[in-house]
Amino acid sequence: MTTSFVLNGKATHLDADPTMPLLWAVRELAGLTGTKFGCGVAQCGACTVHLDGQPIRSCVTPLAAVAGKRITTIEGLHGKPATAVQAAWVKLQVPQCGYCQSGQIMSATALLTKNAAPTDADIDDAMRGNICRCGTYVRIRAAIHAAAASLEA
Amino acid sequence: MAANPQDLTRTSRRRFLQAAGAATAAALTIGFEWSVAGRRAMAAGAVPATGETSFAPNAFVRIGSDDSVTIIAKHVEMGQGSYTGIATILAEELDADWSKVRVESAPADAKRYANLAFGMQGTGGSSAMANSWNQLREAGAKGRAVLLAAAAQQWQVPVSELRAERGVVHGPGGRHASFGALVATASTLPLPATVALKDPSQFKLIGQTIARVDAAAKSNGTAQFTIDFSLPGMLVALLQRPPLFGATVKSLDASAAQAIPGVVKVVQVPAGVAVIATGFWAAKRGRDALQVQWDETQAEKRSSAAIVAQYRDLADQPAASARKDGDAHRAIAGATKKISATYEFPYLAHAPMEPLDAVVKLSSDHCEIWAGDQFQTIDQANAARAAGLEPAQVSIHTLYAGGSFGRRANSYSDYIVEAVSIAKAHGAGTPIKLQWTREDDIHGGLYRPLYVHKLEAGLDEHGALSGWRHVIVGQSIMGGTAFDAMVKDGIDPTSVEGAANLPYAVPNVQVDLATTKTGVPVLWWRVVGSSHTAFAVESFIDEVAHAADQDPYEFRRNLLEQEPRMRAVLDLAAEKSGWSSAPLPAGRGRGIAVAEAFNTYVAQVAEVTVGADGKVKVDRVVCAVDCGTPINPDIITAQMEGGIGFGLGAILYGEISLKDGRVEQNNFDGYRVLRMHEMPKVEVHIVASTLPPTGVGEPGVAPIGPAVANALFAATGKRVQTLPFARGGFA
Repeated sequence: MTTSFVLNGKATHLDADPTMPLLWAVRELAGLTGTKFGCGVAQCGACTVHLDGQPIRSCVTPLAAVAGKRITTIEGLHGKPATAVQAAWVKLQVPQCGYCQSGQIMSATALLTKNAAPTDADIDDAMRGNICRCGTYVRIRAAIHAAAASLEA
Repeated sequence: MAANPQDLTRTSRRRFLQAAGAATAAALTIGFEWSVAGRRAMAAGAVPATGETSFAPNAFVRIGSDDSVTIIAKHVEMGQGSYTGIATILAEELDADWSKVRVESAPADAKRYANLAFGMQGTGGSSAMANSWNQLREAGAKGRAVLLAAAAQQWQVPVSELRAERGVVHGPGGRHASFGALVATASTLPLPATVALKDPSQFKLIGQTIARVDAAAKSNGTAQFTIDFSLPGMLVALLQRPPLFGATVKSLDASAAQAIPGVVKVVQVPAGVAVIATGFWAAKRGRDALQVQWDETQAEKRSSAAIVAQYRDLADQPAASARKDGDAHRAIAGATKKISATYEFPYLAHAPMEPLDAVVKLSSDHCEIWAGDQFQTIDQANAARAAGLEPAQVSIHTLYAGGSFGRRANSYSDYIVEAVSIAKAHGAGTPIKLQWTREDDIHGGLYRPLYVHKLEAGLDEHGALSGWRHVIVGQSIMGGTAFDAMVKDGIDPTSVEGAANLPYAVPNVQVDLATTKTGVPVLWWRVVGSSHTAFAVESFIDEVAHAADQDPYEFRRNLLEQEPRMRAVLDLAAEKSGWSSAPLPAGRGRGIAVAEAFNTYVAQVAEVTVGADGKVKVDRVVCAVDCGTPINPDIITAQMEGGIGFGLGAILYGEISLKDGRVEQNNFDGYRVLRMHEMPKVEVHIVASTLPPTGVGEPGVAPIGPAVANALFAATGKRVQTLPFARGGFA
């Protein structure tokens, strides 16, 4: 069965099991490996992508559910909030092992897109679904604030 | 054993080197250098398509005629910053232009790339910087010396009139040549036998905050982990492992699995039943459809509670002696005031973000492996055994590891051997990617062991600590493994580190160890012994201080006269945290703890708020660290922050529990780790030092648990003696 959707701005048609999680369709069929597998049950956020701009966990989103939708992965991330977030990530040296960071950046970008000046509580709410085992949370928080500040400037 | 207990950790490292060296028969070459012929071969092998040449003075650096400086990292990058640290040390002495520096991972080759602390190639024990320090400084300095000699020859001027700076050699009269312009000549020149290293005052990169070499790729999704690596024709395998440790396959019905579209083959291997498919999802569906009957007669069927009960009994029995100074029994028996406590520590999973995975391509005479490999020499030997080849026929490509915390460094090479055995069972040279799921990881064993610690202390009539008795009960990490030779007189040093080397001046000290056996496979977990010993020692010394009616910081400090580095970090953390300032309001508290691990000293002060529900929220942690020469202060800071977050998650929530042998947790819902809203503010203070550098990947984990427990006590008067905090309703 073919599922058609827009992946990073490009019309995409994938012939696959419609119950296959979007995560594996994106990684193994579309060949975009920036989105990571961490838990498979929407507990860790490593697989976060945007569906029509909203952060979703692609590990529990069946391919069939994205038919006709716009999906953005870390590879297709663009726009001012995304650029500001990624620049802040490098500037504040957020990543350690780096494995969760695509998901963190997707969640952070979605947050800044709808809330240009998030408070610490807003950050807690938006980011608590993204686990980082290296414990980079201090810098993730600082980088989100820095990205917000750079967008304001 | 007790002759010099303060030196136990260091002694252990040396013995580890000998034991590991013996286990692997790895030849150890310090500062491996290429002959001129070897250098030509190395350069030829590295010739880019453009036909450029390069100069490789040794196994650690290659300089291209395009001015590129490629530094070869013998340590895996798993988040700890090893690539950046390694490159910094070498580039410093080479006087390289940092913007031209790239890092490449070393192949598996113990002769050239041994960890000098182990005698084999591998990463662990926070040793990457410590063991590389002299080796890579020398490697860089010799490279620079030859480049200078090349310029001297080209320009016919004495070397003494030349200097190197940021990738350029400068000579008299404004002459200059980039390193790249000198490689052709340099490749023909002999290497100096000895070379002078820089005085620390000349350092330009070391001690500076240099951006991580991997930060950009890890912020845009391009960093390549094993899960991202694929080969043409590669298939994906998931492995069904036994539901109980020690169970084996009794019968298998693979028909339903084989009917799933995309499933290519179902194979039985020593570790279980593998479903090989065209992709992860088909393999997962196939594995879910497997019908396996297990033989559980030899399996571990106990529950955690039964193991704890047994350990509590053993804590009162005679045990092996790890340290004996004076007569602790008598001192405590005759004490004016006696204090005792028993602590319980659960099994812990490492749960790195990237579930274990490996890609294997196997032919009749070669096994090629791609993995976030942490123990190359051991993995090479174990893969060879599984493949039926010689270790030299196994090559390993070390990729970025999505975390490890010790998990990927195990003497069984479990995930590597599984992948090799599946590739072998499939046959036909088909590349196989073995992918673990999170459930596989949580159920998969090789946990930080479960321990029970019993402590007793006595205060004399002056309130002085006169006796200290500490009994540790738990499984040995090294016994029965390739590191078995490390276990001497019944003492596995990893069981007692942080306890047998009690830093406090106490006249009568006894530390005993009862080593147990269970069917649960165990392994080192970030900061190893100190992941439990620091909690027991630092919680208990806090209890003793309160029993003596003394300030817990001052009490520790007075017992650390002989431990100046430990005392200095304790003082620094106390000072920066405002320890002596006004007490915190009701419901809040401060706690302090200090620990040495892998020759790095860390003190932390935690500030907590305890809610009406009794649950603790850690607001702020002030951390002081002495790791010798700080190579990259920002990475040190990051490792302290991360260590605090990692350790905090474990002490608040971390627990692998068994019910009739079955692991009760499955994923991050049951095996809770720290999340964003639980992360405290962290302030890190680094002690200035010119001593040789020591590691920072692990030591920051050690003091956070007791610091928080002591803060909880300060706020509530309640002591946490059973971990995790969640067990007692404190988290």
